[in-house]
Amino acid sequence: MSEEKNINKFENPDYAKREVTGPDGEVFIVDPIKDYFSDERPQVYLPNSIPVVEKFLNWARAESLWVLGFGTGCGSIEIPPLMTPRFDAFRFGVQSRPTPRQSNVFIISGYLAVKTLKRVIRSYEQMPNPKYVLALGSCTINGGMYFDSYNTINRLDQYMPVDVYVAGCMPRPEALLAGFNKLKELIKDGKGEKANEYAENFDWYKANQKKIIKDWNMPDYNW
Amino acid sequence: MDFDLKRLGFTLLGLLIVLNWGMLMSAIMRKVGARVARRYGIPWYQPWIDLVKNYALRSQITHGIMFYLGPVFRISGGVGLFLFMPMIIGSELWMNYSFQGDLVLLMYFQFFGMLGMALGAGEGGHPNSAIGISRGLSQFTVIEVPMTLAIISLAIQYDTLSLVDIVKAQQGGFQNWTVWTNPVATIAGMLALLGALSHSPFNLVKAPNEIPIGPPTEYHGAFLGVLRTNAAILHVVEAALFMNLFFGGATNWFEFILKTFLIYFWSVFVGVVFPRFRIEQSVAWFLKIPLVFGILAIILYM
Repeated sequence: MSEEKNINKFENPDYAKREVTGPDGEVFIVDPIKDYFSDERPQVYLPNSIPVVEKFLNWARAESLWVLGFGTGCGSIEIPPLMTPRFDAFRFGVQSRPTPRQSNVFIISGYLAVKTLKRVIRSYEQMPNPKYVLALGSCTINGGMYFDSYNTINRLDQYMPVDVYVAGCMPRPEALLAGFNKLKELIKDGKGEKANEYAENFDWYKANQKKIIKDWNMPDYNW
Repeated sequence: MDFDLKRLGFTLLGLLIVLNWGMLMSAIMRKVGARVARRYGIPWYQPWIDLVKNYALRSQITHGIMFYLGPVFRISGGVGLFLFMPMIIGSELWMNYSFQGDLVLLMYFQFFGMLGMALGAGEGGHPNSAIGISRGLSQFTVIEVPMTLAIISLAIQYDTLSLVDIVKAQQGGFQNWTVWTNPVATIAGMLALLGALSHSPFNLVKAPNEIPIGPPTEYHGAFLGVLRTNAAILHVVEAALFMNLFFGGATNWFEFILKTFLIYFWSVFVGVVFPRFRIEQSVAWFLKIPLVFGILAIILYM
């Protein structure tokens, strides 16, 4: 009983299952999580079957990296100098986008609190299919200086597939640029298929995520 | 009207030229912005790569029928404006279908894409889209007022609403351009153009860093590709409209490219100098200075 109360404390009352009486006395059952959101699972999208076309598209994807403007930890302070005159990442086709629907690269910039992880998963799942994760700083590799913190995760690749790690605490913008160049090489070699990996191992990732996020009040996959 | 295959072919070729020129122009202008900020900036071919990438994204979601139709309406607004716009004066083949439509139709196409986009983005359901739409429609309403007054002034001056006739009346030397014969209407029109091209200080519709991207917040992949294609076409065609109205049109492609570049550069020049207005400041500004010039232009030519 007490456990149930604990869970309910976190739940958004708007998302609760309830009965609604219509104007002509008809009674509906409304379950917003089911009604408002799709409960489909992510799909695996195969690359183009013609190798030359896929190579060309991969080149375009590599040269046009749109980064989601979502700073998770202290590393997000490295992004402004990256885009401004000193380092000017626009030269390499790196541009920032404010919405997950239009972005391809997610920079996890430093430590990830459990509360942030939930938002990160939502945003990551909303990004369209060829999507890449660039993990910044040692906090994403083994927890770094927050390895024994009660509220941060230690290994990012337990929760979402990571393409490139940039080690350091904090890595400077040069290191981040090197990480972008490494990511470009991977995409051009056709190895940027981590989004499909996420779809294939969806149950494993979801189980890991639910193990650590206690107040899970969103659909399993955020379309 | 009989079907003319040659004319159709040249119109489509013109559309291709205008599309690519629009992409190149947007890249040049972004480079100008970067150099002002002491950056090197994007490579000049970046818009094409972005377009290919956007069309090549694999997964797409939809929010409903209007969500699909929004970009379609938007691009039909841009292409419609192109179809009825005379490109090269004196050439039979580059006049598009400008004899079939007049200025009122062009004004309508300017607004049409905006309305379609509002419906589509509204179905996306994102709060930032709704804010962007309400800002966009209120700003465009006040832009239309001085622009319409300037065009009515031109209609009184040349005694016609046909764009082709207005351009033809300006031929035979730069002293015949509207900018010299009707400077007050030109000022009203060029100030309204600043809002129509939505660069800073009037870029609060998309307002990057503020309401993340405004109406297209939910648009991605091929939807966004269509919107970007339309933006490239629309910028050139909008500049071409003002070239035809005020700066004597173009008699060859070199003149066309030079004049559209300079007209577009006018809004970029103002954009890198002035910071963004808030919506109430922007509406008040359009109802003050350009509107006064517009009314003056009418009174002087009544």
